[in-house]
Amino acid sequence: MKDCIYLDNNATTQIDSEVLTEMMPYLNFYYGNPSSMHSFGGQVGKAVRTGREQVASLLGAEPSEIIFTSCGTEGDNAAINAALIAQKNKRHIITTEVEHPAILSHCKQLERQGYQVTYLSVDQQGQLDLNELKTSLTGNTALVSVMYANNETGVIFPIEEIGQMVKEYGALFHVDAVQAVGKIPLNMKTSTIDMLTISGHKIHAPKGIGALYVRKGVRFRPLIIGGHQERGRRGGTENVSGIAALGKAAELAQLNLPHIHLEQELRDYLEDSILNLIPDTVVNGNKTNRLPNTTNIGFKYIEGEAILLSINKYGICASSGSACTSGSLEPSHVLRAMKVPYSVLHGSIRFSLSRYTTKSEIDRVIEILPDTIGRLRAISPFSSDNSTWLQEMEKEALAK
Amino acid sequence: MWEYTDKVMDFFHNPRNQGVIDEKESGQAITTGEVGSIACGDALKLHLKIDEKSQTILEARFQTFGCASAIASSSALTELLVGKTLDEALSLTNKEIADYLGGLPEEKMHCSVMGQEALEAAIFNYRGIPLDNHEDDEGALICRCFGVTSTRIRRIVLENSLTTAEQVTNYVKAGGGCGSCLTDIDDIIVDVAEEGFTLTEDLSSEANIPELEVKTLTNLQKITLIQQVLEEEVKPALAKDGGDVELFDIEGNLIKVVLKGACSSCSSSTFTLKTAIEARLRERISKDLTVIAV
Repeated sequence: MKDCIYLDNNATTQIDSEVLTEMMPYLNFYYGNPSSMHSFGGQVGKAVRTGREQVASLLGAEPSEIIFTSCGTEGDNAAINAALIAQKNKRHIITTEVEHPAILSHCKQLERQGYQVTYLSVDQQGQLDLNELKTSLTGNTALVSVMYANNETGVIFPIEEIGQMVKEYGALFHVDAVQAVGKIPLNMKTSTIDMLTISGHKIHAPKGIGALYVRKGVRFRPLIIGGHQERGRRGGTENVSGIAALGKAAELAQLNLPHIHLEQELRDYLEDSILNLIPDTVVNGNKTNRLPNTTNIGFKYIEGEAILLSINKYGICASSGSACTSGSLEPSHVLRAMKVPYSVLHGSIRFSLSRYTTKSEIDRVIEILPDTIGRLRAISPFSSDNSTWLQEMEKEALAK
Repeated sequence: MWEYTDKVMDFFHNPRNQGVIDEKESGQAITTGEVGSIACGDALKLHLKIDEKSQTILEARFQTFGCASAIASSSALTELLVGKTLDEALSLTNKEIADYLGGLPEEKMHCSVMGQEALEAAIFNYRGIPLDNHEDDEGALICRCFGVTSTRIRRIVLENSLTTAEQVTNYVKAGGGCGSCLTDIDDIIVDVAEEGFTLTEDLSSEANIPELEVKTLTNLQKITLIQQVLEEEVKPALAKDGGDVELFDIEGNLIKVVLKGACSSCSSSTFTLKTAIEARLRERISKDLTVIAV
């Protein structure tokens, strides 16, 4: 599967060769512990410092505001945990219906522990209603946690507008920027964000490394309790090679930002071609407020897993929000929150590009897709929204 | 990624018998069965061409909205059906569909169940048995997320010898949504296991009656035999639980019965039907018999 056309970069990305070169010495030679007194360990400590500076630079933050974590999920969990411990008298959290499970599952658990959680709804374009946020905020709100951009649709939320409102009520503001970082310029110096999560493997670093930005002055309590590492904010011996890799990846992401329009042009070319060539296709999510690399397209009347396995035959990698791909039996919570009709939802495919995606790869997808979709539609009992059976089932599903 | 067998992938990439049946000659009938739910993401429309005289399936075609294993299961089902009589077809289980494909991932077994249900719906349609009276739709609603009743869970537990709630989720999706009914499913599994035990005991205690002569029976002989087995063996066993059964009609090998007394309202009536009545009649008279409640 080496020659695959990889259009699943919101799931994970290939490690940049420069990143790999940067991290390798800390795997095969400089194995010292950065906390050690000897210079063998000390030189490793320098790699951790450099990595922290590089990440801080990408976010427009101070190095001291960066805490290294093991992944995006840890960053999200740690941010919520810290916000609640720091404000023990406040028992209310606001988030959205379309967050990553790292936030949603944590919030569900907190509800069981007696916290009140408001899940902001989205419209059919996947966008928030800021009035709903305004009416939900109270003096009891400890934390507002909103993702910068949605992983499934790429829809970007108005983070700074939200932040202004959050500040008026004295709550903390956390942003899961795992999908946005490297695709949207970020500057914590001029931002209202208190905490921000990023993950290495979404920006061409390996899996197993991430970072949490915590604004200077925000009271922070660790999730992982242990030694003095990360200035007491995250116990556990540093993942030195991962930190070196994340630092380098952050540097490369920053260099790539001025060229991000190239990804957008390819994405638009892919999206426009699919919509023109294949009937009964729709884009899920607002087309303008969107990450430059993501498109989520619903192919009506067919099911996502069948589409993915069909294009997999040609080495094309994408992902789907259908129930059958997840093993959970429930289709995408994001598309359901957007009230996407089931006949579209189950056939929704996300294509997510990276700086490595080429025009010839996109051409190949455009060449293959119409016949693949046509073949599956010929098997399907549905070919239009007028099908009585389909209408009955949609109605039944809505009634539940 | 799922681990599908080569046969599943073959039937997915090169499905046999997809499409509809629109031509028939005199003496033939076309019937369809529709099952599935758009919310769950799978739906199957099965088309059968039937020779009316011999009650044999001449052709089977399918249209499927669903994943790779749903398409493969539908296609496998159509391959299994051609040449079978309707009664033979009715005794097909979802397990046979899965086995034909060299097995399905446990989480995908519900695709084979959908095939079996579409088949039943198609034959019921042909025979004019209203689907609203489908025995599986009776009984308490256990899984609200996927609309699965206790009767349907009992049946699948029984036919596939399931022992855990997780398996039930894989087969009929019940419990796969919010998960709040998983304990109820556990209770049903325990019930089925216990009932199965007592019923088999009841029946086996009287099982030393000599085997009845089975050759080619006329309808009248068949009815007399069925009545005899029901009176002498089935009714006494059911009476212990306050239940009763009456023979309503027979059509070839399809035996229609009316469940009475405690059986008529009992949520385990399918279990009774299959274990206490059908199994006994098959054992005594012919293994080709199928019993349904009307």
